[in-house]
Amino acid sequence: MFADFRERFLKNKIAVAGSIVVLALFAVSLLAPWIAPYDPSAIDLKLVLAPPSAAHPFGTDQLGRDVLSRMIWGSRISLKVGFVATGIAMLIGTILGALSGYYGRWVDAVIMRFVDIMLCFPTFFLILAVIAILEPSIWNIMIVIGLTGWMGITRLVRADFISLKERDFVAAARVIGAGDLRIIFAHILPNAMASVLVATTLGVAGAILTESALSFLGIGVQPPTPSWGNILTAGKDNIDIAWWLSLYPGLAILITVLGYNLLGEGIRDSLDPRLR
Amino acid sequence: MLQYTLKRLLFMVPLLIGITVICFSVMHLAPGSPTDLQTQMNPRASAEAKERLRALYELDKPLHVQYWSWVKKLAVLDLGKSFSPDSRPVADKILERLPITILLNVLSMILILAIAIPIGVLSAVHQDSLFDKATGVFVFVGFAVPTFWLALLLMIFFGVNLNWLPISGIRSLNYEYLPPGAAFWDFLRHLILPVLLSAFGGLAGLSRYMRSNMLEVIRQDYIMTARAKGLSERTVIYKHALRNALLPVITILGLSIPGLIGGSVIFETIFAIPGMGQLFYMSVMARDYPVVMGILFIGAVLTLLGNLIADVSYAVADPRIRVS
Repeated sequence: MFADFRERFLKNKIAVAGSIVVLALFAVSLLAPWIAPYDPSAIDLKLVLAPPSAAHPFGTDQLGRDVLSRMIWGSRISLKVGFVATGIAMLIGTILGALSGYYGRWVDAVIMRFVDIMLCFPTFFLILAVIAILEPSIWNIMIVIGLTGWMGITRLVRADFISLKERDFVAAARVIGAGDLRIIFAHILPNAMASVLVATTLGVAGAILTESALSFLGIGVQPPTPSWGNILTAGKDNIDIAWWLSLYPGLAILITVLGYNLLGEGIRDSLDPRLR
Repeated sequence: MLQYTLKRLLFMVPLLIGITVICFSVMHLAPGSPTDLQTQMNPRASAEAKERLRALYELDKPLHVQYWSWVKKLAVLDLGKSFSPDSRPVADKILERLPITILLNVLSMILILAIAIPIGVLSAVHQDSLFDKATGVFVFVGFAVPTFWLALLLMIFFGVNLNWLPISGIRSLNYEYLPPGAAFWDFLRHLILPVLLSAFGGLAGLSRYMRSNMLEVIRQDYIMTARAKGLSERTVIYKHALRNALLPVITILGLSIPGLIGGSVIFETIFAIPGMGQLFYMSVMARDYPVVMGILFIGAVLTLLGNLIADVSYAVADPRIRVS
């Protein structure tokens, strides 16, 4: 089955394009110390808000720091936030969805009402309220984005479990004496991973967008740590003189999110061509 | 119909209780008591403010007592008083800022409908045409664009470079000296960019949704019947198919409310619009706790109401829903 998947994946242009973007981003953030042309926090007051030039291809910011170098280091933040936040959401969503779909009855009723309640809150409001109480730090942001983003995955996994638990292989597992937990995690879950994987990939894109919006508003990653969102804040503060501070970090976010979305779509198509 | 509405209303009760429980838990997330945190983080919170907060939340009582007295106050919209120097009631501060936020969201919703529905219908009717493929790409990119970034770019282009549109606030400095017609035009000009951008976020999703709805409806038997009895393609598509494909859009509108309201924080902050979103942002920055909790609660209740209205109007439009 995996060989099948690999063949379809490699033939799928969308999937390959997405993987290239995502792999390139991994490489950039891993190699940041070596490929960044300048120290991202080196202040040069003689070069404040210098427009793009050969020496500084993306210009400099309000403290004369090289924007390209800050963006290269900032890619680490996006990567970290994307994966940790989505990891948390995936964990909660998978467990709750599995329990809800497998046990049904009151377990399902309680979990699904909880999902309904969470969906009533504008997610951005909930995140901001929690950040207002806790300190705005990269860890808190990752946790909060994760804790407010699991509802969609819960619904997906639940739907998969409801149909999968009626299959013969589940009955067979029960006949040989497997317990509930074993059936849920060893037998049904691997079959439900396809939709989880797709939702997770798309979730990484969403988490990166949310983080950049929070950092842009000044409630996310705090300066001097560079993140794409907080470079854009400087762009807004200098909107009438320094367009390069606004243009390039946003392009980076756009390309990254596009990459993860393409990858997610590609995985979906390759896992099950019938889904389209 | 009445029975259905009552059923939906009844269904709202547990959700409303859940909303209050979550708001209450968020409030108690803080390590230690919220008042300690407030006074540490907020130099403006005096000892007197701390005492007020303690009284408001009755922090010395057990949790369930605190919760109950808090809910009783919520029921009469008593959200406490703001920490900011004016110490005004939170409910007043929110209510005076609500109209502009609702106006912006309603306008952007109308814009979303006006653009997304024709795009969705046309790309479904001409499936796999150049138009369909082009809008497909546009939608895919649209999903990935950070809207606050697009806002910055449009501000630079239309506001700074071309100087066509104002980029901040909802009225110009000379607003009070303008004749009524010009004043209204001035107000509208200030709304153009925020409404456009707020609509952009919902455009991609709805046009895709409309397309797949339409594709599904076109394959139904009654469409074949309509064609078989010799109706023109125009009548078949725009009279028979479109009506049925539009129905589920009502639900999607309901579902998109939290996204729109949440997004208002970003747009109102960027464009300096004095609405609920900007108040929320300023309160978060100032750690004005009662206001933050109040808006969180109101935002959730607005979503709940929006969903109720969507459900009920769906039932009005589609009798099948009422029966099942």
